[in-house]
Amino acid sequence: MTFLSYLISGLSLGSVYAIIALGYTMVYGIAKMLNFAHGDVIMVGGYMSFIATAHLGWPPLASVLLAMVVCTALGIVIERFAYKPLRAAPSLAVLITAIGVSYFLQNAALLIWSSNPKSFTSIVRLPSLKLFDGELTVSSVAIVTIISCIIIIIALTFVIGKTKIGKAMRAVSEDKEAAQLMGISVNQTISVTFAIGSALAAIAGVLLCSAYPILMPTTGSMPGIKAFTAAVFGGIGSIPGAFWGGLLLGMIEIFGKAYISTELSDAIVFSILIIVLLVKPTGLMGKKISEKV
Amino acid sequence: MPSTSKMVPVPSRAIIPERDLNATPILEVSHLSVHFGGLNAVEDFSIIVGRTEIAGLIGPNGAGKTTVFNLLTKVYQPTRGAILLDGNDTAGMNTVQISQAGIARTFQNIRLFQSLSVADNVKIGLHNQVKYSTMSGILRLPSFWRSERRAHDEAMELLSIFNMQHMANYKAGSLPYGAQRRLEIVRALATRPSLLLLDEPAAGMNPSETEELMANIIKIRDMFQIAIMLIEHDMRLVMGICEGIAVLNYGKIIAKGTPEEIQADPAVIEAYLGQKKEA
Repeated sequence: MTFLSYLISGLSLGSVYAIIALGYTMVYGIAKMLNFAHGDVIMVGGYMSFIATAHLGWPPLASVLLAMVVCTALGIVIERFAYKPLRAAPSLAVLITAIGVSYFLQNAALLIWSSNPKSFTSIVRLPSLKLFDGELTVSSVAIVTIISCIIIIIALTFVIGKTKIGKAMRAVSEDKEAAQLMGISVNQTISVTFAIGSALAAIAGVLLCSAYPILMPTTGSMPGIKAFTAAVFGGIGSIPGAFWGGLLLGMIEIFGKAYISTELSDAIVFSILIIVLLVKPTGLMGKKISEKV
Repeated sequence: MPSTSKMVPVPSRAIIPERDLNATPILEVSHLSVHFGGLNAVEDFSIIVGRTEIAGLIGPNGAGKTTVFNLLTKVYQPTRGAILLDGNDTAGMNTVQISQAGIARTFQNIRLFQSLSVADNVKIGLHNQVKYSTMSGILRLPSFWRSERRAHDEAMELLSIFNMQHMANYKAGSLPYGAQRRLEIVRALATRPSLLLLDEPAAGMNPSETEELMANIIKIRDMFQIAIMLIEHDMRLVMGICEGIAVLNYGKIIAKGTPEEIQADPAVIEAYLGQKKEA
């Protein structure tokens, strides 16, 4: 029974990682850049939801919508002002800029909301589920998180596979110049990608804070790095890779904490990443990289 | 440096087919130049292409032919000169706007979206014809399915030009070489161009495939009533189907004319075979 309870916690944490990792992997796949500020967008999402529920007294769902709207706008603004001017710059310059944006967001949050941790009230206000005569308790947040992740992955697969913007994204991902000659605006496509990634980050932020209810300006940074690890683990650029990578990472972390050592759980997570990359450098579901001539 | 213009017969007439004489030329390029650092990649390039003309751009390797295509599609911005498309100045337009204005192209080294299906490659070409918002796409509104179905039907119709309907679900990258070249042309046609630029369409094809391609280029022109401008090294193809030809050498036009005129032109023969060394 405890195993089952760990499994559900692992899946729940993994779902949060997967939702964040989807943002990382989409941006990487289309703009070919690592947006290290992605984790901090999660934190902004958390604060937005916190303000809406705690200060404005909004219902939980409205607070999620506010977080999504603000984060989407934030994602588009970050891309427009920090990354777009560097479209032709070496990738190292973009990477450093992304780290800069990350610190900017953290410090802006510090300035606005101070370093005092806020205690976040879960947006899921349903009672926990008791199964097997009360032997297994499943928190409602965990269930909502896992279901949200599944809905998001199905919706995203549909958007990317079947819609016009999805086709544009895949075209831009493969060959920007050829895509432009087909009448696809690369800038607009990258903007939409950031918008979708940031909206997902907002959802992840709210779910994360609901499960681990302490909100600080640095709340997003560790989950951000873990989700980045998950994306690399699954094969960066691959949507199913981000999904499976996130789930696996979440479960490894929880099982590591439960059965091996709480202190070492992060070390275990990153060691497994190193081993996977040694054996399969492109990640679990990554495509073979072939340089275009 | 002595001017070479003495050797170049300046065409006394615009070399566009008679049937196109009364219509605005689809393409009017005047004094187009681009410099990369000190290199004059294209210098003073002027050309007129009739509305339904098949025009050829030939010249030795490195003469600047693909650079001309890149200028026409605004991959490079010209240093000087004007490009009129259907009588409208294209100055200040970017690649996307050029595509929407009606120029489509293929590439010398095929650049399909390799990991996408054949049908999706064509549908991306149709991108500007498919009208629905991302939101209705997400919400699966009926209009989404309607326009998606229309795009699918149109893609299949375009593929049928080359009898490629049965390949619709294959990955573009898995097609044999010749089929990839044909798919690139179909994808370009899907953007509804009024001017189609083909960069070495016959490269790597055997004589019978080239023969088929020639027939297909004429078929496309007749079907869509568009102008086609092609870069090609296969002289049989160029002389066989082009109505007007411009010869480029070291970034400059050294001759313009009908296939017969070009074949007899001393400057062209010199560019291709080299000049006799003089003491």
